[in-house]
This record gives sequence, structure tokens and C-alpha cells, in this order.
Amino acid sequence: MNSPLKPWGKQIDARSLRRTILQMAWAGGSVHLGSSFSLVELVAVLYQHFIRLNWADRNDDARDILALSKGHGVMALYACFREFGWLNDADIQGYFSPKNHLKGLSSAHVPGIEVSGGSLGHGITVSTGMALASKLKGSDRRVFALLGDGEMNEGSVWESLLFAAHHQLNRLFVIVDSNRFQAMGESSLILNMGSLKQKFEAFGFEVIEVDGHNVADLQNAFERLVTSTDPRPKALVAHTIKGKGVSFMENNNDWHYLRLTEETYQAALGELSP
Amino acid sequence: MRSTFLSTLLDVAKHNDKIFLLCGDLGYSVLEPFAAAFPQRFLNVGIAEQNMIAVASGLAKEGYNVFVYSLGNFPTLRCLEQIRYDVCYHNLSVKVVAVGGGYSYGPLGTSHHTTEDFGVLRTLPRMRVAAPGDPHETAAITRYYGSLAGPGYLRLNKTGEFCVHPQSLEPVGPTTYCLKKGKTTAVLANGSMLQDVFQDPRFELNQWALFSVPFVKPMDLDWLVGLAQEFEELISLEEHQLSCGFGSALAEGLMDLYSQGKISRVPRLKRVAIPDVFVEHSGSQAYLKATVGLKL
Repeated sequence: MNSPLKPWGKQIDARSLRRTILQMAWAGGSVHLGSSFSLVELVAVLYQHFIRLNWADRNDDARDILALSKGHGVMALYACFREFGWLNDADIQGYFSPKNHLKGLSSAHVPGIEVSGGSLGHGITVSTGMALASKLKGSDRRVFALLGDGEMNEGSVWESLLFAAHHQLNRLFVIVDSNRFQAMGESSLILNMGSLKQKFEAFGFEVIEVDGHNVADLQNAFERLVTSTDPRPKALVAHTIKGKGVSFMENNNDWHYLRLTEETYQAALGELSP
Repeated sequence: MRSTFLSTLLDVAKHNDKIFLLCGDLGYSVLEPFAAAFPQRFLNVGIAEQNMIAVASGLAKEGYNVFVYSLGNFPTLRCLEQIRYDVCYHNLSVKVVAVGGGYSYGPLGTSHHTTEDFGVLRTLPRMRVAAPGDPHETAAITRYYGSLAGPGYLRLNKTGEFCVHPQSLEPVGPTTYCLKKGKTTAVLANGSMLQDVFQDPRFELNQWALFSVPFVKPMDLDWLVGLAQEFEELISLEEHQLSCGFGSALAEGLMDLYSQGKISRVPRLKRVAIPDVFVEHSGSQAYLKATVGLKL
């Protein structure tokens, strides 16, 4: 059967996504630059190769799901949507202006966003319910939930991991953008999560650790997970750099909060030029 | 009430394959018939209420009308933010069903006293809030929720309630029932309080009218206009804290109607409710109700 569902297929350039994020943040005076930059390669690889959508019907019931549970990384999704033609330049340039429908945190009222984030520990749990529904229907749709490592502090996350493993939701793919920082500083100093890989394994997941900025490694890792016949749910722990792509933002947690100035905008744009 | 709820839901689920039932490891000796009849549409998610509401939301996004059954504060206050953000914000078909309303688990103490649920839930946009007064109301609201898209809350008492209504009711949704006619005072009973006052001999004097009002939200404003025109005094009864509950909803409705010019006078409203206290001793439901002054 010739399914209308397929990944984007065309090259999604991470550098181009980061430029869009930068333009949005500059236009809207948005924060959360560092959080969006760390997951750019993750969403680029997922959309290019693994998230199967009906590009003529965004609401096709059989489509794969990407739930951005760390909703503060939402500019990375908007940047992808611009590549798909779902958002235009006016949407990007009008970020945070009156009547612009794009919010600063992921909201499922924005077409293309599947599950609302913003409040942490929600996207993973709701997408677990969607994965359960898919399993009950005998569907092989993939449900990807993308979390931050700081988000793993939330108790609801661990409730859902227990549930996913118990019900062998093997089409649920939990991805952690592990950039080692959370809102107030280094995660290891605030609430040390230790080895996420070991925790996922102990909770009954098939787990791969990977460099979250190496596109080839990411593609290989996701390929292994989606083709695995292991009945366990899947986890990918992606080691990333908060603020990746702009030298003065990398591993500088101030860029969780800082707004761009003319000077920092131009400097960042220079580093991200094609 | 809980057995009526379950038998009604079983019947609804026979004719509607989108009905799903989740429980949070509570419902022993109540839910088994549903689990046996519809094993593919029943799940005990474990003692994890945040995940339970979110999983219900995920199932609802995939087309199910999900009933979530647990006890009192656990499927409500414990996971309030999930109800707000995962369910109500997206207008998903999740129906939260709490057994053990008010003091019906009285001897177990404050953890099991469900006395603030109306207040927290009725502030949520799109949420309906109902506490039936007898088994027939329970069945009617369960059927209504079974066909309703969007969120709802059903507070059940426990077991052993008698039927106030002589026969089954149409599942028409939010409505009120005039059970006894009167002239001066309208007694408005919500939930289990209907059981307590239905046989009060003072109704035989034909001065007091009795209404059963299962829905705290939405409030029927047209009915409220009629009450304000007909009666000098209203007495509300609820097994809930004084603030933000049924009596509060009536007071807000009356004030709004008055300020909008839809009624020319506001009747006296006496609110019988829990006077902003936790009870720190043990006792039966009837004893605890009497202790905090829940009587006509």
C-alpha cells in the first residue's frame, strides 16, 4: 500500500534553524535561546528522517507524534515549521506581537504542535496515553516525547516511565535533551539526576546514549530504536550543549533568560551565517 | 451511588465503544464487572494520579471518552494542574469521577474528606461540576457525561443512598428538580444533603419548597431568576466548605443577575456549608455533618 505518511525527507539544515530561532528571539524579545539551540539537531533529524506525516493533511489520524514536553524549546519547532512552509516570514518576524498565534511555550492550539508543554512533566505523560491508544488500536505509529534533563526532576515523568514500561509501549520514544543545565544553574548542583541511562534501564527501557549534535550518530541511533524488535519502550539520552551554535551562549546559563541586544544579535548572526 | 454509576456506565459502554474507564488502584469490588466486560477499555493505572489524568488526556486525544475513577481528593486536588492544562485547556473528553464525596469516608480522617473539590474545579473553564443527590440523578448524569464531549466532574457519595425520585430521569444535563412545593422559602439541596432533608417534616407545612440541584456548574440562571421572583428566602445545603462551593455559586449568580437588571431584588440566602474548618476527630458521615452544622 502506498501510504501518504512519510518523513520530510529533504535536508533540514541545523544552522538555518538556529538562524530562524535567533531572528524570532530578536523580533519578539524572547528568552529561552539556550534551551532551543540545544535540541536543534534532534528535531532536524527527527523530522527529516523519522516523523512520518501526511504532508497534504497535517491532521491525518495515522501520523506520528512529536510531543515537545520541554515546551520552552518551542522556537526550534517553529523553525522547522518555517522550513515546511507552515509558518511564513511574517509569523517569524511578528513573534510576540499582538495577534501573532505563536506562544513562547509549546501549545497544542498552534497547528503542528501535538501536545502542550510549558508546564513540565505534562508532554511525556499525555503522549504516553497516546502511545497506549495506538497500541490498543494495533497501530505502529511512533510517539516521540522530547524532554529536558531538568524536566526529569518532575515526579509525573517517573510515573509515566513506570507506566510505559509496564505496558510495553514499544512505539514510545522518550528523548532527553541532556544539556546539563536547568533554570537556576547546573543540574548536577541542583538535583543531581546521576546517570539517566542507568535510570531508564532500571525502569525497563531500551536505551541509547548519543552526542545530540552529531547528525550522523543521531540518525543511526534513531534508526536502531525505530527498527528494534525489543518489546520495551525506547529512550534516547542525547548529550547536548545549552546554547549550542553561538560561542558566547554555549554552556552559559544566562542565555536561559537573556534577551538579545543589537550587539549580541549581530554577533550571533555572524556566527550562524550560511 | 457508586454501584449505580458503574452499572450505568456498563450499559453506556455497551452502546458506545469510545467509553474507556481508568482507575487509580481504587474501586475494589465496584469496578470488576466493567473490567470483565470490556478488558480492552479498562485499565488500573496504579497509584499515580498525575499520570492517570494525563494518560486519560492522551486517550481522549485519540478519540475516547475517558472516565477516571478514584477517591475524593486523589483524582482532583492531587492532579489539579493536569486537569487544568491537559484536559480543560484542550476541551478533552475526560470525566473525573470521585467516590467518597464530603465526609462519606468520615472515619478515615481528613485525607479522605472531600470538601474542597467544588471550589477548585468550578474555577476551571469548560469544567462541569456535579454531585447527584440520589441513584436516579447519578444514572442520569452518568448517561449525560457518556454522550458529552469535553470535561466533567462527578462527585459520588458512597453507597446505600435511597431513591428520592420515584423513577429514572432523562439524561438532560444540568437541570434542577422541584421535589416539594412551597411559598416562602426554597431549600436548595446539593449532593448528599438531599438525602438528609428530603423527609424533614417541616416540608409538610407547605411553606418550604425543596429543590435538588446536582450541578454546581453550570448554574441555570433562568431558574435562578424564577427563584428570586418567587421566594423571600433561599437556603442552600452542601457538604463542602463555605467558600467557593454551591452556595457561593448561587450568591454569585444572584448578584450578577441583580447587577445586570434581570432581577429587581435579591432574596435572603442562607448558606449551610462547612464553616472553613477541618474536623480533626473521627466519626461517621452523619456525625461529622452534625459536628460542623450541616443541617436544615
